Amino acid sequence: MSGHPLIGALSRLYEADRLLTLPAQLMAYESDALTVFQQRPAAVVIPQDRAEVVETIRLCHEHSVPFVARGSGTSLSGGSLPIADGIVIALNRLDSILRLDAEERIAVVEPGVINLKVSEAAKPFGLYYAPDPSSQSICTIGGNVAFNSGGAHCLKYGMTSNHVLGMTVALPDGEVVELGGESLEGVGPDLPGFFVGSEGLFGVALEITLRLLPIPETYRTVLAAYDSLHAAGDAVTAVVASGLLPGAIEIMDALAIKAAEVGAKAGYPTAPALLIVELEGEESAVEAEFAQLMQLIEETSPLEVRMAQTADERARIWKGRKAAFSAVGRLAPDYIVQDGVVPRSRLGDALAEIDRLSASYGIDVANVFHAGDGNLHPLILFDGREEGALERAEELAGEILELCVDLGGSITGEHGVGMEKRAFLPKMYGPLEMQAMEDVRRSVDSQSLANRGKMLPVGEAESLTHVGPHPLEKAGVIFRE
Amino acid sequence: MTNVAEIQDAVREARRVRVRGGGSKPALSLRDCEDDAQLLNLTTLKGVVEYQPDEYTFTARAGTSVAEIGAMLAEEGQYLPFDPPLAERGATLGGTVAAGLSGAGRYRYGGIRDFLIGIRFVDGQGQEIRGGGTVVKNAAGFDFPKLFVGSLGRLGVLTELTFKVFPQPPAFATVTADFGTLSDLLSALDAVTRSAIDLHAVDFAPTEEGWTLWARIGGLPHVLQERAQALQTVVSAGAGQTRCLSLYQDQKEESLWQAARSMEWLAQGMGLVRIPLTPQRIPAMEEALNGSTMATRRYSVGGNLLWLGWPDESTSESGEEDSSRDLHSLLLALNLQGVQLIGRARRSPIEGSGIDTDGGEDPLLGRPLQNAFLRRIAAALDPQGKFETW
Repeated sequence: MSGHPLIGALSRLYEADRLLTLPAQLMAYESDALTVFQQRPAAVVIPQDRAEVVETIRLCHEHSVPFVARGSGTSLSGGSLPIADGIVIALNRLDSILRLDAEERIAVVEPGVINLKVSEAAKPFGLYYAPDPSSQSICTIGGNVAFNSGGAHCLKYGMTSNHVLGMTVALPDGEVVELGGESLEGVGPDLPGFFVGSEGLFGVALEITLRLLPIPETYRTVLAAYDSLHAAGDAVTAVVASGLLPGAIEIMDALAIKAAEVGAKAGYPTAPALLIVELEGEESAVEAEFAQLMQLIEETSPLEVRMAQTADERARIWKGRKAAFSAVGRLAPDYIVQDGVVPRSRLGDALAEIDRLSASYGIDVANVFHAGDGNLHPLILFDGREEGALERAEELAGEILELCVDLGGSITGEHGVGMEKRAFLPKMYGPLEMQAMEDVRRSVDSQSLANRGKMLPVGEAESLTHVGPHPLEKAGVIFRE
Repeated sequence: MTNVAEIQDAVREARRVRVRGGGSKPALSLRDCEDDAQLLNLTTLKGVVEYQPDEYTFTARAGTSVAEIGAMLAEEGQYLPFDPPLAERGATLGGTVAAGLSGAGRYRYGGIRDFLIGIRFVDGQGQEIRGGGTVVKNAAGFDFPKLFVGSLGRLGVLTELTFKVFPQPPAFATVTADFGTLSDLLSALDAVTRSAIDLHAVDFAPTEEGWTLWARIGGLPHVLQERAQALQTVVSAGAGQTRCLSLYQDQKEESLWQAARSMEWLAQGMGLVRIPLTPQRIPAMEEALNGSTMATRRYSVGGNLLWLGWPDESTSESGEEDSSRDLHSLLLALNLQGVQLIGRARRSPIEGSGIDTDGGEDPLLGRPLQNAFLRRIAAALDPQGKFETW
């Protein structure tokens, strides 16, 4: 669509090096962290300020061309996958921390600011930004807002949504509105809360006001090895039932441990299951709670227990855990990450069933999960070069999602529905719910331009670059409507 | 209303629908209805649907009383950490969500918006829609539960709610401190809220001689005394002059916060208005309130919320024009918003605005709420305008 009038209009707005239309330039934007999907957009624009973003959206609306806002492209659900003949708005240059107010304990940031940069900027004031997705050193706040990103530490303090106080957003027709404010409390419907996690369907956040928290005085982290996942799961149950409120409770299985070992040299014990529990807070309180925690853990007959005594030791434990995703890449050429949630008490059932599915498909599944809130991350390993391997992996992934729904859980805890799971949303919600979501979306975005094709199925064609049906189409995971 | 089908029928048949729960926020729920509006009383749509202590979640019908839920959770050592207010006055879960009310404990782990994980509501076409889920973590689909927090019954009728809950700390302690001036108090507030002390709640209020601050911590009992001493040190180490420092524990401590939750400080016959703000806005707010001795108040959530007791115009004897009583204009001037929960505030007409600023009994005060996002959402959920408009 190089001759499209929108491209002409954009070329008046952007210098040539910030309006990419050549295939070689577009290649880098064809995919996000869900690499099984690729799609070439018509153009990528790289705005430098808020006015350019708003004008781009307004022009897209005027020309009825769909657009996708993109940060670092770390979405695991294909959330920032381009739309064919659509525009990608790359927000990376809107990367200013506009204000950091230590007294109000807030940071006002642009959407392209990297998650970890917020905590780094707040650190001199004794403050930090709590949500810590595994990709926090590269992912952007704009993407975190769109997908309500979580992380290992959201057990105690919640996900992105719990830390966004206010926003300036451009709706899908370019109208700019203010949502929320700087106070922890608000008047009227919680519009920032409704916008966060809407996967880009309600427009683009231009400015985000984040809540900062005082850096905990101390952390105590314990790593315990168990002879089975079930035993580790029982330990989680004991910890949760005790009334302790850890900052994080994580479990890794043998394959994930192996990956972490290969990828990050974490020095983990070799065992069928590892449990990581972290307490945080005031020195004396954490000390007392840690004594209680250690007693509980001793009672669950662990094979081995290690306590992080120093900040370095703590960092090493988390390095292995946070590297597990990418490290799995060392064990197999390709993998799919799932993100289902089950009620905590059904974790054991869910893991046993995943184990059974893995055996029956003959596909290795590594399990890393936020056990404290029942959020599973099965990593399904396959070799994309093998005929039919991706299809089988996708089929297994689909069965795991259905399992989560059947157990009363959710198809996604923190990665979002995106492109990947949109066929599964109707399994979690009925036709009335799907219709209500579609109605709200249409009312906010009459032409369904903003991130069309994500989260909600749409009527318009969704053409992918693959020749013939995409493997995921054959698996019933995606559709070209 | 004892079942959802009745609500659905009423929404389909009536021209307009207004909702009430326990009537603890009469400015929201017991206003004079338009003649063609049907008032739905939700207090009979009550009862716990499911409570799973192991999962730290429960589901209850909208008319269930907050007090009943509090008692149920306490038996398992659990609680709603955001201190839902007005339970003693009969507040229901649905009304608390619709009014968007969180109390002092909101400071620590988040407010009602952070603990509500699933809802069912009847939309403007009489359909019952489910939003969110029943697991503590869920990022699938639009977050309708958050949208309905503070929705004031204007987007739909809440019928069922699912909350996550937390283990209740085995013990609490509260440090109170008196300050001579607001600026001394605000210095102490800044020191204590930026410290690494895990505060459950920080409230403060003017007294006859100055200001009193309450700071609450919770946790294992055997280290609480030590932590409370550390807290006292931080409170008194600020630039401010601490006049008197006290430590409360056990029943006396609990009754301090019980009194806060039930707004015991609010004088009989006074209206109650809820005003979100930030600590930096407090000096301007106090200046605006200065001289109006009629205003009793309590700042909560670390200075992020003002509960303001204000003369109730609906019971006021004096008919005289007194512009200092015009809270709507006062909030407009400060670029703040408020919600009237009890009573009715005076609104003076704004010259030349062309708008009927009397606003009748509109409980929304100050800066208008309306924006394009909200308007578009409301158009989708209530296309025929069955519920009150914004």
